[in-house]
Amino acid sequence: MKVLVPVKRVVDYNVKVRVKADGTGVETANVKMSMNPFDEIALEEAIRLREAGVATEVVAVSCGVPACQETLRTALAIGADRAILVASDAELQPLAVAKLLKAVCAKENPQLVILGKQAIDDDANQTGQMLAALLGWAQATFASKVQVAEGRAQVTREVDGGLDTISVKLPAVITTDLRLNEPRYVTLPNIMKAKKKPLETLQPDALGVDVAPRLKTLKVTEPPKRQAGVKVPDARTLVEKLRNEAKVI
Amino acid sequence: MAVLVFAEHDNRSLKKATLSTIAAAQKLGGEIHLLVAGHGCAEAAKAAAQVAGVAKVLHADAPQLDDEIAENVAALIVSIAPGYTHLLAPATSNGKNVMPRAAALLDSQQISEIIAVEAPDTFVRPIYAGNALATVKSADAIKVITVRATGFDAVAATGGAAPVESLAAPADAGLSRFVGREVAKSERPELTSARVVVSGGRGMGSGENFRLLEPLADKLNAAMGASRAAVDAGFVPNDWQVGQTGKIVAPELYVAIGISGAIQHLAGMKDSRVIVAINKDEEAPIFQVADYGIVGDLFKVVPELVEELKK
Repeated sequence: MKVLVPVKRVVDYNVKVRVKADGTGVETANVKMSMNPFDEIALEEAIRLREAGVATEVVAVSCGVPACQETLRTALAIGADRAILVASDAELQPLAVAKLLKAVCAKENPQLVILGKQAIDDDANQTGQMLAALLGWAQATFASKVQVAEGRAQVTREVDGGLDTISVKLPAVITTDLRLNEPRYVTLPNIMKAKKKPLETLQPDALGVDVAPRLKTLKVTEPPKRQAGVKVPDARTLVEKLRNEAKVI
Repeated sequence: MAVLVFAEHDNRSLKKATLSTIAAAQKLGGEIHLLVAGHGCAEAAKAAAQVAGVAKVLHADAPQLDDEIAENVAALIVSIAPGYTHLLAPATSNGKNVMPRAAALLDSQQISEIIAVEAPDTFVRPIYAGNALATVKSADAIKVITVRATGFDAVAATGGAAPVESLAAPADAGLSRFVGREVAKSERPELTSARVVVSGGRGMGSGENFRLLEPLADKLNAAMGASRAAVDAGFVPNDWQVGQTGKIVAPELYVAIGISGAIQHLAGMKDSRVIVAINKDEEAPIFQVADYGIVGDLFKVVPELVEELKK
């Protein structure tokens, strides 16, 4: 069974993003970029499925600018067998990415696509569900546990009120939540090995996908800043303030 | 032209997030229709008919619509979508699961978690964990939107008298089967709609230590939450998580205990009306957003706080 893992290159988790002065977006020049953390969890899960003998091959795919190759090299170092870059300098919105991934699925025929539930840049939380829809496949979102057997995946999902477990028919799309696993660290020998693993580049045109954005960003602004308040010396003063000043209790 | 709101309910009543979503729908213009889909949800449909500002309730009741199975619910939404300019759902785990699937089937680029409506085609949504706000304009014929409940004041749950129309559900897609549900049992208010939230972070030290917060939450009639760090450390379940990747809350009072205030946590609670922080590190970023802060050992301060509240 082949597993496809889409990975997104995003501004690193630890970077405090700054809105550009001209309001067109956030500053991404000279900012550390990394693999979207949820996609890292997805990749880890796919590799564990291969290590358990359930999956035979793990293919990482990324859509975007040439620098996404770095993210794919990281994926290869973590343990993906090969990688595909769908090269595009255009702004790719979730629907366009889902269409590109659908085209990649048509070429690769994976039984399972595992990807992060959301990317920490646009916080859209759409791509996995959209891909499942376009393929006509089952979807299991926000996974905290995945078991694959006999042509189905049993997935425990993190939902608002607790945990849901569903059984989906393969092929299927799974999106990962935080507690699914703890991704492994990349080791130096694996980084060296990753340099020799195959990385193929595809063009959106060749895949027959129109990636033109549907949403136009009119402006990007800083959110209103919250003013820091006061430090109080003890619990007694705090309760007094909450009762008489904030009138919240 | 009309706007369709996908209702979040528990078969008997509507969740509060639905009422906030209707408030967002009112800013778009046009009749508002409320879709109540599920199995055995006639009571919820009745409750929906009473919501102020709803022109019509569509009630789809079928076994295949039970348990929020996305393939079937999305197919239902898509089957009626052509009659609408906008499809809205609360950005709950259910809404987030179903709506992008419906959007893709309609070839529409969803707009996730809007916090404001600027025009019927222009919306404001947070990006980068709320560190930036993007104003986006959609060119799609049917706009598919999820609504962040904290961005809109809920409409009144009563005062309306909309007709309820039955709707046939598409056949089971046969792709997913519901296996089971572990519902977090709690006597406390629900995290996303509670008036007061008491949250613990990594500073709690262990899951056992979270018990320390219970008397405080009892006293304040609060929901209990946690930072991602506390969830990652395995102290408490993920459905307690407040933040970019968890729940977004905006209670009247948010008490952050042993929480340093990572960007991703602030993203989930910085719209609270009053924020209290208790942390032993006076440099902790949480103090930059807190209205009231106490620098001190939480294991000492929290019991003192409970005593003071009893007075």
